[in-house]
Amino acid sequence: MTNHWIDIAHADVIMIIGSNAAENHPISFKWVNEAREKRGAKLINVDPRFTRTSATADNYVRLRSGSDIAFIGGMINYALTNGRIQKDYVVNYTNAAFLVDPEFRGPTDLDGVFSGLSDSKYNKTTWKYQMDADGNPKKDPTLKDSNCVYQLMKKHYSRYDIKTVCEITGGDPKAYDEVYDLYTSTHKPEKSATIMYAMGATQHTYGSQNVRSYAVLQLLLGNIGVAGGGINALRGESNVQGSTDHAALFHILPGYLNTPKASQQTYEQYVKESTPVSNDPMSANWWGNYPKYSASLLKAFWRDADLETGYSYLGKIDNGKNYSTIPIIEQMAWGKIKGLFCWGQNPAVACPSSRLVRRALAKLDWLVAVDLWETETASFWQKEAGVDPSAINTEVFLLPAAASMEKEGSISNSGRWAQWRWKATDPPGDARDDLYIITELVYKLKGLYKKEGGAFPAPILDLNWDYAKMGMDGHVHHPNPREVAKEINGFFLKDKEINGKVYKAGQMVPSFAFLQDDGSTCSGNWLYCNSVSDTENKMMRRGTSDPSGQGFFHDWSWCWPVNRRIIYNRASVDMQGNPWAKDKPVIWWDGLSKKWLGDVPDGGWAPGSKYAFIMLPYGHARLFAPGMADGPFPEHYEPLESQVRNLLSKQQESPVIFRWDKAVQGQVCDPMLVEGAAACVFGSPDKDKFPIVCTTYRVTEHWQAGQMTRWLPWLGELVPDMFIELSEELAKEKGIKNGNKVRITSIRNLEGIVAYAMVTKRFRPFVVDGKKLHQIGMLWHFGYKGRVTGSIANDLTPLIGDANTMIPEYKAFLVDVNREEV
Amino acid sequence: MAEYIKLIDLTKCTGCRACQVACKQWNELPAEKTGFSGSLQNPLDLSYDTWTLIRYDEFEEDGGTKWIMRHDACMHCDWPACVKACPSPGALVKTDTGAVVHDKRFCIGCKACVVACPFDIPRYSKKEEKIAKCTLCYDRITDGKPPACVNACPTGCLQFGPKEQMIEQAHKRADAVGGAVYPSNPKYETHVLYVIPTEIQLAQLQHVNPNPKMPTTILWWKNLFKPFTLLGIGGVAGLAALHYMIKGPHRVSEKEEGGEADG
Repeated sequence: MTNHWIDIAHADVIMIIGSNAAENHPISFKWVNEAREKRGAKLINVDPRFTRTSATADNYVRLRSGSDIAFIGGMINYALTNGRIQKDYVVNYTNAAFLVDPEFRGPTDLDGVFSGLSDSKYNKTTWKYQMDADGNPKKDPTLKDSNCVYQLMKKHYSRYDIKTVCEITGGDPKAYDEVYDLYTSTHKPEKSATIMYAMGATQHTYGSQNVRSYAVLQLLLGNIGVAGGGINALRGESNVQGSTDHAALFHILPGYLNTPKASQQTYEQYVKESTPVSNDPMSANWWGNYPKYSASLLKAFWRDADLETGYSYLGKIDNGKNYSTIPIIEQMAWGKIKGLFCWGQNPAVACPSSRLVRRALAKLDWLVAVDLWETETASFWQKEAGVDPSAINTEVFLLPAAASMEKEGSISNSGRWAQWRWKATDPPGDARDDLYIITELVYKLKGLYKKEGGAFPAPILDLNWDYAKMGMDGHVHHPNPREVAKEINGFFLKDKEINGKVYKAGQMVPSFAFLQDDGSTCSGNWLYCNSVSDTENKMMRRGTSDPSGQGFFHDWSWCWPVNRRIIYNRASVDMQGNPWAKDKPVIWWDGLSKKWLGDVPDGGWAPGSKYAFIMLPYGHARLFAPGMADGPFPEHYEPLESQVRNLLSKQQESPVIFRWDKAVQGQVCDPMLVEGAAACVFGSPDKDKFPIVCTTYRVTEHWQAGQMTRWLPWLGELVPDMFIELSEELAKEKGIKNGNKVRITSIRNLEGIVAYAMVTKRFRPFVVDGKKLHQIGMLWHFGYKGRVTGSIANDLTPLIGDANTMIPEYKAFLVDVNREEV
Repeated sequence: MAEYIKLIDLTKCTGCRACQVACKQWNELPAEKTGFSGSLQNPLDLSYDTWTLIRYDEFEEDGGTKWIMRHDACMHCDWPACVKACPSPGALVKTDTGAVVHDKRFCIGCKACVVACPFDIPRYSKKEEKIAKCTLCYDRITDGKPPACVNACPTGCLQFGPKEQMIEQAHKRADAVGGAVYPSNPKYETHVLYVIPTEIQLAQLQHVNPNPKMPTTILWWKNLFKPFTLLGIGGVAGLAALHYMIKGPHRVSEKEEGGEADG
């Protein structure tokens, strides 16, 4: 979240899109309700199906799964054509005035694609700004130049009129008009609107562009950085924010530093290519500090190695290669991965084409599952999984883990608050907390490398791991998460004088502004620097004072960065430092003390002396984002599997998504790979066999892949069975009655899965391109283990990912549904 | 001990069922063996082991969909018919807090309360030969804690506080949303109040008695006849006989006044 949970209460309009917040983030409604009760805020919900969120919304509008960019594009067009933008904000804080290369062409000119497309990739040479003699982007603050971002954007969105948009989404033009009017009414400086989104937005082949479209809309309305505004990702698990910050991902290191590439063989080269440069004195260009953060991280990993040596220890990824979930599945299926750790993860249920996943697991030599219960993944070799155990050679280890109440540590919530949690009770039996398990593993590995040598032992042998000591019994005793927290914050490794003050070796680094690029400080994550001081672990704080009355609660736990509760808050004030909204200021400039008051400001510089968006090299938020793989403006494409032709251009699906089905064509490979990658693309003869749009989602009663909730009697009582939801109209066409068993099939799984049918008014058919289009939805919580069991939804989902992130497409694909004969 | 009220603001319910689970947890009630119910409502009804549940009502209105979620549990009547009907001293008691509590030690399993309740709340277990129902978490509220369901509610739908304060809050909220407070009969007070949004007709919802009243049979029985029946006739038999005397053999009445629950 750019903002935080409490801040939702400051919104004048709340739009929940790509999220069923009432159901999956129940606590958010405490603040949604407060905004409505105290401010008279309006709640808009946009969803293919009428959900528990829709039930409480003031305005509910429908779109079919896969048409989000058209919906938001329509709203952006409405704002641009009706003068519903916050002009001062747009001119001063965004790149609207930047001039773009005159050779740049967009979908309006090139029928759906941007300039530079060749061989399913964009050559981005025209996606750049015109530069002045100092190397800064040229600007036209009048926004009249035909090559300025604002004019290009106007042209781009002119095609997204309400009529066209509704033809694409299947929505009702009158309802859209009402919602567009309501939402864009927050372009007034004193008003703000917030967007709450989740996986319904991101799990698409253009998921990143969905979120980009929210950013564009919010920037035009002046809704970023302000109270009650922002774009707020509701994290699907309590600590997903923390796991992202600490880089449980392949493409980043802790603190969103880049994973080194194979082409970057020296630390010097890595740092040079990772550190942006700005020649504009008004630009804070905060990432200019990159070398301080990367040096401190290397020192946290390898205390005694110099930076160049430490860097040589880091794994490098092949340039342009992706190592996320889908490629891991693919590599496993090829038999190229020998061993796998599944730590609190259940890919046999949770990953796309999970049938393929389970078969790929059988190609491993060994699998370690660390979880509270025996998951489908840990038992993929058992009879319940529908396989013959004697035919599987994978050696499986199941390590019982401690639940959150049974261990100590921090949890970073969606609002970036790192909150300390204390252990309430011991874990049962032999269950151990994660820190214990990994610590023992590290010591075992160190011991083996020391004894046996092997290839490149130094990175393991030199790895700093001093959170616990090995006991006489050969087991690790009491690894201490508070020691880990200290290292994440970082401390001085030698005495260092900074601005006339001497910091002794061992002292905590007060904040990331004090981190050094010469190896004299360590910090496991620069963003968390300031979370632990010499006297306290700020994540443990539970102060409830809120002197400004704006809901910051700075003494309650700690949030990154430097306890700033609303990020980009320099954009919450005008050029003189006066808050846009007087009744809900975030920061304000005190002329007497020459200081910012309120929230922790995005840098202490006086108003107007630095650009608002300090993390970007040019200091202006991007309406035009050349860093994206699939276009600097969000453009509507159909999902890979769609019944509908793209009504906006001749480019049917995103031109740059990686097609696994094409990649394996003509290769001698396991047939399961072909099957898992198969797609029922528009125009293929298979299209008529799978006429129904399907999406997957969760209910509040179960948790993710279900391994934590399907074992709990009280939750099993509430939702005991796998079901799909479908409309009364579809049910009638198919002769399905409420409570019947149905079989759902996709091109990847002709045999299909069986589930109960919930026939409901909450799903209704759409009319798209003049034709009736049915949509159904299904839960993805079920599997074959636990007190309550059911079919695995992901046995039907496609092996296709977003062009930028490779996040799997779980939300829009094609199926057929038929009554299961009994 | 002050009198309390539990306020249920239906405009804020998201049907998350945290209340339903919290009730089971605090009261140590076992999970029922359930199956697919065709709706999210599960278990489908209150029972000896399920003292509260969210009821989901789905209907069409003005071409749109309405989906109402309602926390359903004991209303804790100020003048409780169940207590009035109960022949076993101490089995059902109205406390100073307003909570109507049952004590299984004294319950004789006669089901008089089941028949008497205008809201169809107490549930009988054949196995245990006793009844059970929501106690407003008497064991929590007398310790200064809100009931478990209120404690778990994330949205502010369930609130708990001193009687006068909650009544004021209910009417203020109802005015603000253009809704109504239920039950609205000034002669029939309860220690549970609902704020009902304007667009809902009570008759559209499951398991609601739009106009609760003390069943007249109970009044007759308790105030006039009970002293005599105690001379020798068993309580259950007496009640049944009396019922027969007044109402005759059971038949579906065409004109049951206000949906009055008369068994």
